[in-house]
Amino acid sequence: MTQVELPRNTPPEDNRSGNQTVVQKHPKAWKWYDYFTFNTDHKVIGLQYLVTAFVFYLIGGLMAVVMRAELATPDADLIDPNLYNAFMTNHGTIMIFLWIVPSAIGGFGNYLVPLMIGARDMAFPKLNAIAFWLNPPAGLLLAASFIFGGSQSGWTAYPPLSLVTANTAQSLWILAIVLVGTSSILGSLNFVITIWKMKVPSMKWDQLPLFCWAIMATSVLALLSTPVLAAGLVLLLFDINFGTSFFKPDAGGNVVIYQHLFWFYSHPAVYLMILPIFGIMSEVIPVHARKSIFGYKAIAYSSLAICVVGLFVWVHHMFTSGTPGWMRMFFTISTLIVAVPTGVKIFGWVATLWGGKIRFTTAMLFALGLLSMFVMGGLSGVTMGTAPFDMHVHDTYYVVGHFHYVLFGGSVFGIYSGIYHWFPKMTGRMVNETLGRIHFILTFIGTNLTFLPMHELGLQGMPRRVAMYDPQFVSLNQICTIGAYVLAVSVIPFTINILWSWVAGAKAGDNPWNALTLEWTTSSPPLIENWEELPVVTHGPYDYGLNHSLEVQPSAATQVGA
Amino acid sequence: MQQIPVSLWTLLAGIVVTVLSIWVGQNHSLLPIQASQQAPLVDGFFNVMLSIATALFLVVEGTIVIFLVKYRHRPGDDTDGVHVEGNLPLEVFWTAVPSIIVLCLGIYSVDVFNRMGGFEVGSHPHMPHSPAHVAQMPGSAIAATLSDASLDESEIPSPAPIPKIGIGATPTELGKPADLVVNVTGMQFAWLFDYPESGVNTGELHVPVGADVLLNISATDVIHSFWVPQFRLKQDAIPGIPTQLRFVATKPGTYPVVCTELCGGYHGSMRAQVVVDTPQEFESWLSENRIAQQQDMQKAVASNPADLSTSEFLAPHAQQMGVTTATLAQIQK
Repeated sequence: MTQVELPRNTPPEDNRSGNQTVVQKHPKAWKWYDYFTFNTDHKVIGLQYLVTAFVFYLIGGLMAVVMRAELATPDADLIDPNLYNAFMTNHGTIMIFLWIVPSAIGGFGNYLVPLMIGARDMAFPKLNAIAFWLNPPAGLLLAASFIFGGSQSGWTAYPPLSLVTANTAQSLWILAIVLVGTSSILGSLNFVITIWKMKVPSMKWDQLPLFCWAIMATSVLALLSTPVLAAGLVLLLFDINFGTSFFKPDAGGNVVIYQHLFWFYSHPAVYLMILPIFGIMSEVIPVHARKSIFGYKAIAYSSLAICVVGLFVWVHHMFTSGTPGWMRMFFTISTLIVAVPTGVKIFGWVATLWGGKIRFTTAMLFALGLLSMFVMGGLSGVTMGTAPFDMHVHDTYYVVGHFHYVLFGGSVFGIYSGIYHWFPKMTGRMVNETLGRIHFILTFIGTNLTFLPMHELGLQGMPRRVAMYDPQFVSLNQICTIGAYVLAVSVIPFTINILWSWVAGAKAGDNPWNALTLEWTTSSPPLIENWEELPVVTHGPYDYGLNHSLEVQPSAATQVGA
Repeated sequence: MQQIPVSLWTLLAGIVVTVLSIWVGQNHSLLPIQASQQAPLVDGFFNVMLSIATALFLVVEGTIVIFLVKYRHRPGDDTDGVHVEGNLPLEVFWTAVPSIIVLCLGIYSVDVFNRMGGFEVGSHPHMPHSPAHVAQMPGSAIAATLSDASLDESEIPSPAPIPKIGIGATPTELGKPADLVVNVTGMQFAWLFDYPESGVNTGELHVPVGADVLLNISATDVIHSFWVPQFRLKQDAIPGIPTQLRFVATKPGTYPVVCTELCGGYHGSMRAQVVVDTPQEFESWLSENRIAQQQDMQKAVASNPADLSTSEFLAPHAQQMGVTTATLAQIQK
């Protein structure tokens, strides 16, 4: 409805000249209903991603709660095992493809990248809006698949199981993933071009915020790996519906080739889910510790190193599959190497804390929670990366424990941290810190209660993806189930806090955290087209402790035009 | 960092962390009992990794906690922290130390994998036909041996077709045929064990303690995975691709066989047992089953099921299940 009034999206060269003439005709702020339309403003799209993803997070979380309730007893007594598998499959799918990836890359990436590099929008705003609007249909396809029983072959969809189970639901599932994959490719292309070409001329490459480095590495990884997944899934779709036999062993197909195609994307997908979060960490920790980031270059380069090495580790998901011995060893060693750049980041953040003035805001608490739990997930990851030990724990609850420490203790904590940190910028209002702390404590306790016992379960002999299990594992499973209930409850104070603060929170001001990156130099929430006059970068993004006069930047940038 | 003096406290903390980590690595009770020759190798490797992980965990988490307490924001202090952008020696140190650790773990894992039998001849990178074997997977086991023989005649001759994926002979057993070969078939939702040398088919795996056992693993429908936690061994059963596990069971007892690859709604109930017998027990079990199944065979040959009525056909089976004709009639009513 308001598309006629959409702001022009001008290349950076035109911005400066254009500004002098158009300064008095700045578009008005968006109305609430603009957020429900096909809007090309990167900030609107960012919020659309975040809110949509959070709704999917609640849906995926409810599925997890039902699964944990089922697993409170060894027998399959609560729901039908096939429905359990449908929940298990869609829990994983939704959390990965409709919550973590779209919120971390689509949400924070879209909202923050142009603001952080001093651009008025992304390079291709319409493409950006198209990328977002591919997500809701994907969610609807997954929802529709439940009419046909839901896809039940796990988020990995290994054939032959995926070829013989719930064919219609499996086909809908494939279409949904291909849609979000397309969205991811379009979004990534946009990020690469935007960061490469559109940062303000006054910003040097070593003044680029680390979040943008992380998004850059993520986007390159997504561009290289996502097409391979799409190819594999389309072949699977053909096998199911059009009588081909790429993956049918009784007709000359090979099931292991699918696993290679799948994991060539889906291992890098782990980094798609954690690299932007690492970027958020590198932004949140310096601000709330009042310290410059320790080892800017090391952290930036380690993102790129993870991006490169991450492309060569996928077979560690296939150590017990059709994988010859030499390949098991090659991928053991490449997997172990990923630990090094990851360690560099962890140590860099810990060292950033040294000598700081740490403020325990909710954003910082979640960042510190991430830091402490990611160590756990990283260490268990190193053990599993070795083929001899993975022979024992592969496809057990040890793996489930490990990747939830990385993806829940890591990615979800990072998303929470980012929401608490940038909420004042996005809405112009502060969150309630008391509710935030309650949210943090419940989430932290719930996470450890749910996922720590899973390591022992796996080591002792409990396989993953089961609706029924050996009664000897019942007590540890009950602890996990209680933890999952705590996690479910923890969402309540968060949701109340966000909704209430959005409407009635205290006014935030332009720069409530006294941060130094460019997004804090504009108003909260930022104007359409972000600034009246583009900011000029005069210092690094993390130059805390150098007595930069923090008021200079905001007044120079925003007050002039306003 | 350089402002912290290397005091007695850090030295003491280092000693405590080291001692505690080694203790944790040796005294955790996280793993089930060891019942195969490979289990102590895997556990030894895990214990080392657990010790290193414990040490790193304590150091990193301890540092975080100390920093959080020491450098917390005090009310009324609105200044920033000291400006430090980095410290090259420190960064080199914490890049080099993990690099060395993972390098050592990598070498150790190759060694463990070799001693477990992961590098049996044929699955070595220098043997050209090992990837080729993957490619020609729909071929039958016989076709695979023929092409293998033509490709590489220097290979040590073996009596049975040996799949090249999985765990093979350990270096000490290399070139010797296995004492016992069992064909393992996974299907929704059960395991079948076939003893080709004695013609026994069962749903429960029996192996004699101390024997060198070779499992030829296959699947009929979807992918399954054969895991005995007490053996620390796992190998997928893949339709179209033969795989194997070779092991020596070291401890008599009954252990679970668990399917660990999602195979459908009742994946969680796809469980069987492996019974590690003494050699005498194993022999008597084998002969009992051989006799029982030979009788079945004669029956099957003698009567054509198509010529029999339903109750005639079911009668011997019902008897076997301990169901009398009277109860059968009652049920049929």
